[in-house]
Parts: sequence; structure tokens; C-alpha cells
Amino acid sequence: MKFFYYLLIPALIFSGCQRQQKLDIQRIEGKQITIDEKLSDEKNIDKFISPYRDSLQIQMNEILAYNPQELSKLSDLPETNIGNFMADLCYKIGNQKFNEISHQNLDFVLFNFGGIRASIPRGDVKVRNAFEVMPFENEMVVVKLSYDKMQDLLQYLASNDKAHPVSYSLRLEIKGDQISTVKINGKTLENRPYYVLTSDYLQNGGDHMTFFQDPLELYALNYKIRDAILDELSLIDTIQANLDGRIVRIEN
Amino acid sequence: MKRRDFILKSTATTAMIGIGGLGLQAFKKSTSAKHITILHTNDVHSHIDPFPTNDKRNANKGGVTRRATLIQQIRKENPNTLLLDAGDIFQGTPYFNFYHGELEFKLMSKMGYDAATIGNHDFDKGIDGLFKQWPNAQFDFISANYDFTNTVLNGHVKPYQIYIKDGIKIGVFGLGIELDGLVNKTLYKETKYLDPVERAQDMSHTLKKEEKCDLVICLSHLGYNYRKNPDKISDLKLAGLTKDIDLIIGGHTHTFLKKPTVTKNSVGKNMLINQVGWGGINLGRIDYYFDEADNVGQGTNIIV
Repeated sequence: MKFFYYLLIPALIFSGCQRQQKLDIQRIEGKQITIDEKLSDEKNIDKFISPYRDSLQIQMNEILAYNPQELSKLSDLPETNIGNFMADLCYKIGNQKFNEISHQNLDFVLFNFGGIRASIPRGDVKVRNAFEVMPFENEMVVVKLSYDKMQDLLQYLASNDKAHPVSYSLRLEIKGDQISTVKINGKTLENRPYYVLTSDYLQNGGDHMTFFQDPLELYALNYKIRDAILDELSLIDTIQANLDGRIVRIEN
Repeated sequence: MKRRDFILKSTATTAMIGIGGLGLQAFKKSTSAKHITILHTNDVHSHIDPFPTNDKRNANKGGVTRRATLIQQIRKENPNTLLLDAGDIFQGTPYFNFYHGELEFKLMSKMGYDAATIGNHDFDKGIDGLFKQWPNAQFDFISANYDFTNTVLNGHVKPYQIYIKDGIKIGVFGLGIELDGLVNKTLYKETKYLDPVERAQDMSHTLKKEEKCDLVICLSHLGYNYRKNPDKISDLKLAGLTKDIDLIIGGHTHTFLKKPTVTKNSVGKNMLINQVGWGGINLGRIDYYFDEADNVGQGTNIIV
């Protein structure tokens, strides 16, 4: 009841209603009531939810794979093992889906550091972990980026000190806040458009990745990033995710 | 028409004293007095269980079982209660990912919701996914500015609905946000977005002047206010561009208001806007007390 504030406003209200016994609004009271532990559980509703809740718990606790080392984004390096894991699995699965609709191949994957929401601890990996790492419903999209926008993308990575996840197909050496070496699938940057997989959130300019907006072509894969994680975990026995120096920073 | 100044008081007792003679007159009960309670939620986002105890902001808040208890208590106190939701029922917990909205609709039906409008996230399993859950919703879906003619929802969503409680006629119409840019078109398909201001003007006129409703409520998923984008239509803007709406119950922006907003409509008449955050953390409650015009005298007291 702490939100019960009182502001008294006499206002003139007249009704357009034509009836024998004319009723008017005499008083209006408005407030909001916080739902917390002071309110008891409604037993019948609780009983109704129970089987759904129990079944959900069982499904969330299903073990999909084994993780030999903690995957987290807590590091001072320009890459993280969890970011590499996410980007690489999306590169693999995303490329299959993209190839089916476009007969083209992806060049690389780029997500944002902030999009990874939890670590994956060492041990059994459950369905729950995929929901914790990726609670959002973001879907995979592929953009065809012009050479100009590719340069914007690379400059963003060079001048932004966050370890944004990229797939192994992109290797960068950053000196100060400039790119000193770029290798995409083993080749130096060419003056041509590139196919980049990202999330619909980032494609819409999220995390200031404005180079993803208004691409030459846009492909919606209609496939959630979390579903990609779940599908990959179902496919493998043991997670293999390592730091491989795909992004290296050299101090000036 | 004589207007009174706003009198701000901190507690109920002082407010009663503060209005003096008017208070005594205003609270005099007559045999024809009627009391309508409007309860509302918005952006519950599949939050069926309370927020976890380690949640940074909303630890142990919310929960459908507790909301149901509160609604029962209020209904016992006043059976003439209308229960509304302003959209984004779906998406936000694994309950939605696993059961696709089935449980959300079933629980709202069990709690006795009267009506809901459609939020952008309610399209997250596609318009077909939404329609698949239709049989689980024993309440009305109301939207006046989504044209569903060429979709599976054709004929299943009403622009407005009139509810009669204790002889009081309550007209409720719904408004949804522009879907383009917010929801993938493959999800909302041929749903057409109509101008919410024009539709609100039409609807409120129909409900107040033609249907002669005592109360007109707009159930909106437009969002409370867009400070950085003042041209974007919002509940606050809509209020000033329309007349004949008594109450806007809003959603979308997950706005926590300390108290319902009292604002003026296009003809300078006071009206209310309320929104109660998100996640089922709060229940909004607006009580309307009606009396014969003679007993009401020349003013309505708005106590928020």
C-alpha cells in the first residue's frame, strides 16, 4: 500500500448521458498495489500451475552436453571463450541455413559482448544454461555489407575495447585503435561486399553497430540464436571452445 | 464553468479535512450511489512465478498466485469490478518458450480477466501462434487500430466492448503500437496498423455519444511517453488529442508511475492515465464512485 499517494483534484465532469436518473462521477480514487510476499498464494491457481512448473523444471534441467572448463566473458583479452563458442556455432549452423536460401556462404559472424548474459560453468550443460546465456529472442540475420560499411565495422571493432564475439573466420590485429591486419577466411580484405551474420537486434542498430543498418541485402534466417545454442549442444558431447588469438591487440 | 485549483495533500485524513465542506457533501452516501472498480495489468511478459529472490530490482515481487488472491479480495469487497490487461502478455520467461502462451491465457481466464489488448510481443509466435492460443482465452481481445481483415484473427478481435456493471455502462476500446520496425512482418503478416489518434477519436465519440457510456476506457499499448521522440504517439499525447476518454490504461514502455497521471484532454477536462510497470509486479486500481447529479454537486474529486 506504500504507493498510496493522495492528490485531491476537484474537477468538473458532466455526463452527456440522457437518462431519467442522471448519474455523475462523484469521486475517483487511483493507486497501484504491489504484489509481494504479503499476499498469500491462491491455492487453486497454484495447484493449476504446478504440473506446468514441474514439467518446465524437468525440461530446463535436461543435460545436453559436458563442459570441461568454465566459459565466461570475464577476461581482459580482446576475445572470450564463451564468445568464440557462440560465434563459431552460429557460423556453422547459420552458414548451412544461409546457403540453403541464398547459395552463398558467410564470411564471418559478429555479435556484441553485452548480448552474452551469463557464464556456462564447468560440468553438465543443461537447457537452462542456454536460456541464461541467451534470454532474448534474438534471431539470426545475414547482411550483405558494402566495402565501405565493412571498413566501418572494422573501425568499430578497433576503437571499441569490448571483446565482441566474432567467428574464427575473422582474424584481426589491432594496433592502438587502428586495424593493422585483417584476414577473412585466410585472405586480406578485398574491395567487395561481405556476408556477415549477426542478430536482428544488432542489425537494427543495437549497441551502436550502425554499419549493419541499410545493408545491400538482408536475409532473415527466422532462427533464434538460443535455438542454435540448444541445437549445437544437442549435437555434441563435449564443448570445445578456446581462445585462439583471432583478435590480438598490440599496444602502440 | 468554475474550476477548482489542485490541492495536494499527503494523507487521506488531511485530504478529507482539506476539502472541508465539499468533502462532507461529496462523501454523503445516497441510495443511488454506485461504485465501479477497474483493475489492470500490463506487460506481464509471461511472469507467472514471482521474480527470483536474487533478482537485482524486483526480488520476490509479482507472481500470479498472489495476484489472484488480491483480485479475489477486491472482488469480494466490490463485485462490480472490471479486470483489464494492456498487452504484452507473452514473452519473457521459459513458460512462454515451452507452452507458447497457453498457461498465460488459461491463468488470465481463471483470474477472471474481462479484456486485453494486443501488444507487439503477443505476435512473437506469429499471428498464427497467437490464434492457436485463442481457445484458452475466456476474455475479450480488443483493438480498434489493428485491421485483421486478411489474417486468421479476422472477426476475433473487437474494436470495443461495452461492459455493464451495476447498471453502469463501461465502454472499453483498444489501441496497439505500430508493428513495422518492431515486429518481423513474417510474424504479423497482413495485420494493418491504423492511425491510433483517428481511431481513438472515433471510438470515444461512438462510446460516449452514441452508446452513451458512463465511462470510456482506452486500453493502450502505445507507450506512456517518448521524451526523446516527442512526435511519436503515446498515451500522454493521445490524451491531449482526444476528448470523451475517462481513463487510458497503458503499456509497452514498462513505465512505473508513482501514482496515476492526471492530465487534460483536448477540451481541458481532467482524465487519468495509468501504467503499472511490468512483470506482474503491480496491480493498478482505479475506483469510480457515481451518484445522482444533484448529490455530486459541481465537482468530481480525483484522489490519486
